[in-house]
Amino acid sequence: MAKIIGDIAINNERCKGCEVCIAACPFTVIAMSKEVNSKGYHFAIKVNGECTGCTNCAIVCPDGVITVYRAKVATV
Amino acid sequence: MEEQFAKTEIRKPENIVYKKTDLMVDRPLSYCPGCGHGTAHRMLMEVLEEMDIADKTIGVSPVGCSVLAYDFLNIDMLGAAHGRAPALATAIKRLWPNHFVFTYQGDGDLAAIGTAETIHACNRGENITIIFINNGIYGMTGGQMAPTTLPGMRSSTSPYGRDVATMGHPLKITELISHLPGVYYVTRQAVHTPNHVRKTKKAIRKALELQKENKGLCFIEIVSNCNSGWKMTPVQSNKWMEENMFPFYQLGDIKVDGKLIELPKTS
Repeated sequence: MAKIIGDIAINNERCKGCEVCIAACPFTVIAMSKEVNSKGYHFAIKVNGECTGCTNCAIVCPDGVITVYRAKVATV
Repeated sequence: MEEQFAKTEIRKPENIVYKKTDLMVDRPLSYCPGCGHGTAHRMLMEVLEEMDIADKTIGVSPVGCSVLAYDFLNIDMLGAAHGRAPALATAIKRLWPNHFVFTYQGDGDLAAIGTAETIHACNRGENITIIFINNGIYGMTGGQMAPTTLPGMRSSTSPYGRDVATMGHPLKITELISHLPGVYYVTRQAVHTPNHVRKTKKAIRKALELQKENKGLCFIEIVSNCNSGWKMTPVQSNKWMEENMFPFYQLGDIKVDGKLIELPKTS
Protein backbone atom coordinates (compact mmCIF):
# COMPACT_ATOMS: atom_id res chain seq x y z
CA MET A 1 0.00 0.00 0.00
CA ALA A 2 1.20 3.46 -0.79
CA LYS A 3 1.24 6.34 1.61
CA ILE A 4 1.56 10.06 0.96
CA ILE A 5 4.19 11.78 3.02
CA GLY A 6 5.00 15.45 3.07
CA ASP A 7 7.76 17.66 4.29
CA ILE A 8 8.36 21.37 4.62
CA ALA A 9 11.62 23.27 4.42
CA ILE A 10 11.57 26.66 6.14
CA ASN A 11 14.04 29.39 5.25
CA ASN A 12 14.89 30.44 8.82
CA GLU A 13 16.68 33.63 7.87
CA ARG A 14 13.72 34.96 5.87
CA CYS A 15 11.03 33.98 8.43
CA LYS A 16 9.62 37.00 10.27
CA GLY A 17 7.82 34.97 12.93
CA CYS A 18 4.28 36.17 12.18
CA GLU A 19 2.80 32.76 13.18
CA VAL A 20 0.16 32.83 10.43
CA CYS A 21 1.36 29.40 9.23
CA ILE A 22 0.72 27.89 12.67
CA ALA A 23 -2.96 28.79 12.46
CA ALA A 24 -3.15 27.44 8.90
CA CYS A 25 -1.64 24.01 9.59
CA PRO A 26 -4.30 21.30 10.12
CA PHE A 27 -1.86 18.96 11.93
CA THR A 28 0.02 21.45 14.19
CA VAL A 29 3.28 20.56 12.50
CA ILE A 30 4.69 24.06 12.94
CA ALA A 31 5.66 25.92 16.11
CA MET A 32 7.95 28.84 16.91
CA SER A 33 11.59 28.28 17.79
CA LYS A 34 13.17 29.42 21.03
CA GLU A 35 16.17 30.71 19.08
CA VAL A 36 16.12 33.82 16.94
CA ASN A 37 17.51 34.43 13.49
CA SER A 38 19.97 37.17 12.58
CA LYS A 39 17.17 39.75 12.44
CA GLY A 40 15.96 38.81 15.92
CA TYR A 41 12.77 37.04 14.90
CA HIS A 42 11.68 33.72 16.39
CA PHE A 43 11.32 31.57 13.29
CA ALA A 44 8.90 28.77 12.46
CA ILE A 45 10.13 25.21 12.92
CA LYS A 46 8.74 21.76 12.25
CA VAL A 47 7.91 19.99 15.51
CA ASN A 48 6.46 16.66 14.40
CA GLY A 49 6.44 14.32 11.45
CA GLU A 50 2.74 14.49 10.57
CA CYS A 51 3.09 16.80 7.57
CA THR A 52 1.05 15.66 4.58
CA GLY A 53 2.29 18.33 2.20
CA CYS A 54 -1.07 20.12 1.96
CA THR A 55 0.71 23.45 1.17
CA ASN A 56 -1.62 25.49 3.43
CA CYS A 57 1.28 26.97 5.41
CA ALA A 58 3.26 27.87 2.32
CA ILE A 59 0.28 29.54 0.65
CA VAL A 60 -0.48 31.86 3.58
CA CYS A 61 3.15 32.66 4.37
CA PRO A 62 3.46 36.37 3.47
CA ASP A 63 7.18 36.06 2.84
CA GLY A 64 7.03 32.77 0.94
CA VAL A 65 9.71 31.13 3.08
CA ILE A 66 8.20 27.62 3.07
CA THR A 67 8.91 25.04 0.37
CA VAL A 68 6.64 21.99 0.42
CA TYR A 69 7.56 18.50 -0.73
CA ARG A 70 5.16 15.63 -1.20
CA ALA A 71 5.84 12.07 -2.31
CA LYS A 72 4.05 8.77 -2.51
CA VAL A 73 6.03 6.01 -0.83
CA ALA A 74 5.32 2.31 -0.68
CA THR A 75 4.69 0.89 2.78
CA VAL A 76 4.94 -2.75 3.72
CA MET B 1 15.57 20.37 16.49
CA GLU B 2 13.92 20.84 13.14
CA GLU B 3 16.17 18.36 11.40
CA GLN B 4 14.94 15.60 13.68
CA PHE B 5 11.56 15.60 11.88
CA ALA B 6 12.83 16.44 8.42
CA LYS B 7 12.11 13.77 5.86
CA THR B 8 15.23 14.45 3.84
CA GLU B 9 14.64 11.46 1.58
CA ILE B 10 11.73 13.24 -0.15
CA ARG B 11 13.44 16.63 -0.43
CA LYS B 12 14.07 16.34 -4.13
CA PRO B 13 13.23 18.85 -6.87
CA GLU B 14 10.68 16.49 -8.44
CA ASN B 15 8.74 16.27 -5.17
CA ILE B 16 8.31 20.04 -4.74
CA VAL B 17 4.60 20.85 -4.68
CA TYR B 18 4.91 24.48 -3.63
CA LYS B 19 7.71 26.99 -3.59
CA LYS B 20 7.99 30.73 -3.92
CA THR B 21 7.68 31.60 -7.58
CA ASP B 22 10.77 32.78 -9.44
CA LEU B 23 8.86 35.89 -10.49
CA MET B 24 9.33 37.16 -6.95
CA VAL B 25 12.80 38.65 -6.61
CA ASP B 26 14.82 36.70 -4.06
CA ARG B 27 15.23 39.40 -1.45
CA PRO B 28 13.51 40.01 1.90
CA LEU B 29 10.20 41.86 1.61
CA SER B 30 10.12 45.24 3.33
CA TYR B 31 6.68 44.58 4.82
CA CYS B 32 5.93 43.97 8.50
CA PRO B 33 5.62 40.37 9.72
CA GLY B 34 2.22 38.96 8.81
CA CYS B 35 1.32 41.69 6.32
CA GLY B 36 -1.00 40.58 3.53
CA HIS B 37 0.99 42.45 0.86
CA GLY B 38 3.51 39.63 0.56
CA THR B 39 0.81 37.04 -0.07
CA ALA B 40 -0.99 39.29 -2.54
CA HIS B 41 2.26 39.93 -4.44
CA ARG B 42 3.00 36.22 -4.62
CA MET B 43 -0.49 35.27 -5.82
CA LEU B 44 -0.30 37.88 -8.55
CA MET B 45 3.07 36.57 -9.68
CA GLU B 46 1.85 32.97 -9.59
CA VAL B 47 -1.03 33.88 -11.88
CA LEU B 48 1.36 35.60 -14.31
CA GLU B 49 3.57 32.52 -14.22
CA GLU B 50 0.67 30.15 -14.85
CA MET B 51 -0.64 32.25 -17.73
CA ASP B 52 2.93 32.71 -19.02
CA ILE B 53 2.43 36.43 -19.59
CA ALA B 54 5.13 37.83 -17.31
CA ASP B 55 7.10 39.32 -20.20
CA LYS B 56 4.05 41.15 -21.55
CA THR B 57 2.77 42.49 -18.25
CA ILE B 58 3.35 46.02 -16.99
CA GLY B 59 2.48 46.88 -13.42
CA VAL B 60 2.01 50.26 -11.81
CA SER B 61 3.00 50.60 -8.19
CA PRO B 62 1.36 53.17 -5.91
CA VAL B 63 2.53 55.32 -3.05
CA GLY B 64 2.21 53.63 0.32
CA CYS B 65 3.69 50.50 1.82
CA SER B 66 3.72 48.79 -1.57
CA VAL B 67 5.62 51.64 -3.23
CA LEU B 68 8.61 49.30 -3.39
CA ALA B 69 6.62 46.58 -5.17
CA TYR B 70 8.91 47.04 -8.19
CA ASP B 71 11.79 45.83 -6.04
CA PHE B 72 10.04 42.54 -5.36
CA LEU B 73 8.10 41.75 -8.54
CA ASN B 74 10.37 40.59 -11.33
CA ILE B 75 8.32 42.18 -14.12
CA ASP B 76 8.19 45.59 -15.79
CA MET B 77 6.88 48.13 -13.31
CA LEU B 78 6.36 51.87 -13.18
CA GLY B 79 5.89 54.04 -10.12
CA ALA B 80 3.01 56.51 -10.29
CA ALA B 81 2.53 59.77 -8.45
CA HIS B 82 0.34 59.40 -5.37
CA GLY B 83 -3.08 58.13 -6.44
CA ARG B 84 -2.42 58.49 -10.17
CA ALA B 85 -1.79 54.83 -10.91
CA PRO B 86 -5.05 54.29 -12.89
CA ALA B 87 -4.25 57.32 -15.06
CA LEU B 88 -0.76 56.03 -15.78
CA ALA B 89 -2.11 52.53 -16.41
CA THR B 90 -4.60 54.02 -18.89
CA ALA B 91 -1.75 55.56 -20.85
CA ILE B 92 0.28 52.35 -20.80
CA LYS B 93 -2.66 50.24 -21.94
CA ARG B 94 -3.49 52.62 -24.78
CA LEU B 95 0.11 52.64 -25.98
CA TRP B 96 0.56 48.88 -25.54
CA PRO B 97 -2.92 47.43 -26.12
CA ASN B 98 -1.61 43.87 -26.34
CA HIS B 99 0.12 44.03 -22.99
CA PHE B 100 -1.43 43.20 -19.64
CA VAL B 101 -1.57 46.22 -17.36
CA PHE B 102 -2.41 46.21 -13.68
CA THR B 103 -2.23 48.68 -10.85
CA TYR B 104 -1.56 47.62 -7.28
CA GLN B 105 -2.85 50.22 -4.83
CA GLY B 106 -3.62 50.64 -1.18
CA ASP B 107 -6.64 52.33 0.32
CA GLY B 108 -4.90 55.61 1.01
CA ASP B 109 -3.72 55.77 -2.57
CA LEU B 110 -6.85 54.55 -4.35
CA ALA B 111 -9.68 55.69 -2.09
CA ALA B 112 -8.32 59.01 -0.82
CA ILE B 113 -5.98 61.01 -3.06
CA GLY B 114 -6.67 58.91 -6.14
CA THR B 115 -10.46 58.83 -5.99
CA ALA B 116 -10.86 60.96 -9.12
CA GLU B 117 -8.41 58.92 -11.19
CA THR B 118 -9.95 55.65 -10.00
CA ILE B 119 -13.54 56.64 -10.68
CA HIS B 120 -12.80 58.11 -14.10
CA ALA B 121 -10.63 55.17 -15.20
CA CYS B 122 -13.48 52.88 -14.12
CA ASN B 123 -16.05 55.05 -15.87
CA ARG B 124 -14.07 55.04 -19.11
CA GLY B 125 -13.92 51.24 -18.83
CA GLU B 126 -10.20 51.00 -19.49
CA ASN B 127 -8.99 47.45 -20.09
CA ILE B 128 -6.83 47.35 -17.00
CA THR B 129 -6.92 45.41 -13.75
CA ILE B 130 -6.91 47.28 -10.46
CA ILE B 131 -5.81 45.41 -7.35
CA PHE B 132 -6.87 47.32 -4.29
CA ILE B 133 -5.48 46.37 -0.88
CA ASN B 134 -7.81 47.65 1.84
CA ASN B 135 -6.52 47.62 5.39
CA GLY B 136 -8.61 50.49 6.71
CA ILE B 137 -5.66 52.64 7.69
CA TYR B 138 -2.69 54.59 6.33
CA GLY B 139 -0.15 51.92 7.17
CA MET B 140 3.12 53.41 5.96
CA THR B 141 2.84 56.86 7.51
CA GLY B 142 2.01 55.61 10.99
CA GLY B 143 -1.54 54.35 11.15
CA GLN B 144 -3.56 57.51 10.50
CA MET B 145 -7.29 57.38 9.75
CA ALA B 146 -8.07 56.55 6.12
CA PRO B 147 -11.35 56.93 4.21
CA THR B 148 -11.88 53.21 4.73
CA THR B 149 -11.41 53.26 8.53
CA LEU B 150 -14.40 51.64 10.23
CA PRO B 151 -16.73 53.66 12.50
CA GLY B 152 -15.35 53.52 16.04
CA MET B 153 -12.01 52.16 14.87
CA ARG B 154 -8.99 53.65 16.62
CA SER B 155 -6.13 55.07 14.63
CA SER B 156 -3.37 57.51 15.45
CA THR B 157 -5.48 60.45 14.25
CA SER B 158 -8.74 59.13 15.72
CA PRO B 159 -7.52 57.88 19.13
CA TYR B 160 -11.06 57.72 20.55
CA GLY B 161 -12.39 55.85 17.55
CA ARG B 162 -13.76 57.21 14.29
CA ASP B 163 -16.74 59.43 15.03
CA VAL B 164 -18.94 59.46 11.95
CA ALA B 165 -20.58 62.76 12.99
CA THR B 166 -17.35 64.71 12.60
CA MET B 167 -15.12 62.41 10.54
CA GLY B 168 -17.61 61.03 8.06
CA HIS B 169 -18.55 57.53 7.08
CA PRO B 170 -16.17 54.90 5.69
CA LEU B 171 -16.00 54.91 1.91
CA LYS B 172 -16.98 51.67 0.20
CA ILE B 173 -15.28 52.57 -3.05
CA THR B 174 -15.64 49.05 -4.42
CA GLU B 175 -19.44 49.21 -4.24
CA LEU B 176 -19.28 52.76 -5.58
CA ILE B 177 -17.40 51.88 -8.75
CA SER B 178 -19.35 48.65 -9.27
CA HIS B 179 -22.30 50.74 -10.47
CA LEU B 180 -20.29 52.25 -13.33
CA PRO B 181 -21.04 50.68 -16.72
CA GLY B 182 -17.38 50.47 -17.80
CA VAL B 183 -16.55 48.08 -14.99
CA TYR B 184 -16.91 44.41 -15.93
CA TYR B 185 -15.81 42.41 -12.91
CA VAL B 186 -15.69 43.52 -9.26
CA THR B 187 -14.87 41.26 -6.36
CA ARG B 188 -13.72 41.49 -2.76
CA GLN B 189 -11.38 38.87 -1.34
CA ALA B 190 -8.95 38.35 1.54
CA VAL B 191 -5.55 36.69 1.98
CA HIS B 192 -5.43 35.62 5.64
CA THR B 193 -6.34 31.91 5.37
CA PRO B 194 -5.36 29.31 2.73
CA ASN B 195 -8.95 29.14 1.50
CA HIS B 196 -9.20 32.89 0.99
CA VAL B 197 -5.79 33.02 -0.67
CA ARG B 198 -6.85 30.39 -3.20
CA LYS B 199 -10.04 32.33 -3.95
CA THR B 200 -8.03 35.52 -4.39
CA LYS B 201 -5.74 33.80 -6.84
CA LYS B 202 -8.73 32.61 -8.85
CA ALA B 203 -10.13 36.13 -8.89
CA ILE B 204 -6.83 37.60 -10.13
CA ARG B 205 -6.65 34.92 -12.81
CA LYS B 206 -10.20 35.67 -13.91
CA ALA B 207 -9.49 39.39 -14.08
CA LEU B 208 -6.43 38.90 -16.27
CA GLU B 209 -8.28 36.46 -18.54
CA LEU B 210 -11.01 39.08 -18.97
CA GLN B 211 -8.38 41.70 -19.74
CA LYS B 212 -7.16 39.47 -22.57
CA GLU B 213 -10.69 39.55 -24.00
CA ASN B 214 -10.87 43.38 -23.67
CA LYS B 215 -14.03 43.18 -21.58
CA GLY B 216 -13.46 46.29 -19.50
CA LEU B 217 -12.02 47.20 -16.16
CA CYS B 218 -11.66 44.49 -13.52
CA PHE B 219 -11.40 45.55 -9.91
CA ILE B 220 -10.22 43.25 -7.13
CA GLU B 221 -10.36 44.48 -3.55
CA ILE B 222 -8.29 42.48 -1.07
CA VAL B 223 -9.22 43.14 2.55
CA SER B 224 -5.96 42.85 4.42
CA ASN B 225 -4.61 43.38 7.89
CA CYS B 226 -2.24 46.05 9.12
CA ASN B 227 -1.05 44.58 12.37
CA SER B 228 1.47 47.39 13.00
CA GLY B 229 -1.12 50.09 12.38
CA TRP B 230 -3.81 48.30 14.34
CA LYS B 231 -1.33 47.63 17.19
CA MET B 232 -1.97 43.87 17.29
CA THR B 233 -0.08 40.68 16.59
CA PRO B 234 -0.59 39.23 13.10
CA VAL B 235 -2.82 36.41 14.35
CA GLN B 236 -4.88 38.80 16.51
CA SER B 237 -5.24 41.22 13.64
CA ASN B 238 -6.50 38.47 11.32
CA LYS B 239 -9.12 37.56 13.94
CA TRP B 240 -10.04 41.21 14.43
CA MET B 241 -10.36 41.59 10.68
CA GLU B 242 -12.75 38.62 10.48
CA GLU B 243 -14.88 39.98 13.32
CA ASN B 244 -14.94 43.66 12.39
CA MET B 245 -13.86 44.27 8.80
CA PHE B 246 -15.74 41.43 7.10
CA PRO B 247 -19.24 42.36 8.36
CA PHE B 248 -18.73 45.81 6.83
CA TYR B 249 -16.64 44.86 3.81
CA GLN B 250 -18.43 41.67 2.81
CA LEU B 251 -16.35 39.22 0.84
CA GLY B 252 -17.49 37.83 -2.45
CA ASP B 253 -18.21 38.84 -6.03
CA ILE B 254 -20.00 42.18 -6.42
CA LYS B 255 -20.21 42.38 -10.20
CA VAL B 256 -19.70 39.46 -12.55
CA ASP B 257 -19.88 39.66 -16.36
CA GLY B 258 -21.04 43.26 -16.13
CA LYS B 259 -24.03 42.42 -13.93
CA LEU B 260 -24.38 43.44 -10.28
CA ILE B 261 -24.89 40.65 -7.77
CA GLU B 262 -27.32 41.28 -4.92
CA LEU B 263 -25.51 41.15 -1.60
CA PRO B 264 -27.27 40.57 1.69
CA LYS B 265 -27.89 43.86 3.51
CA THR B 266 -25.16 45.00 5.89
CA SER B 267 -26.08 46.19 9.33
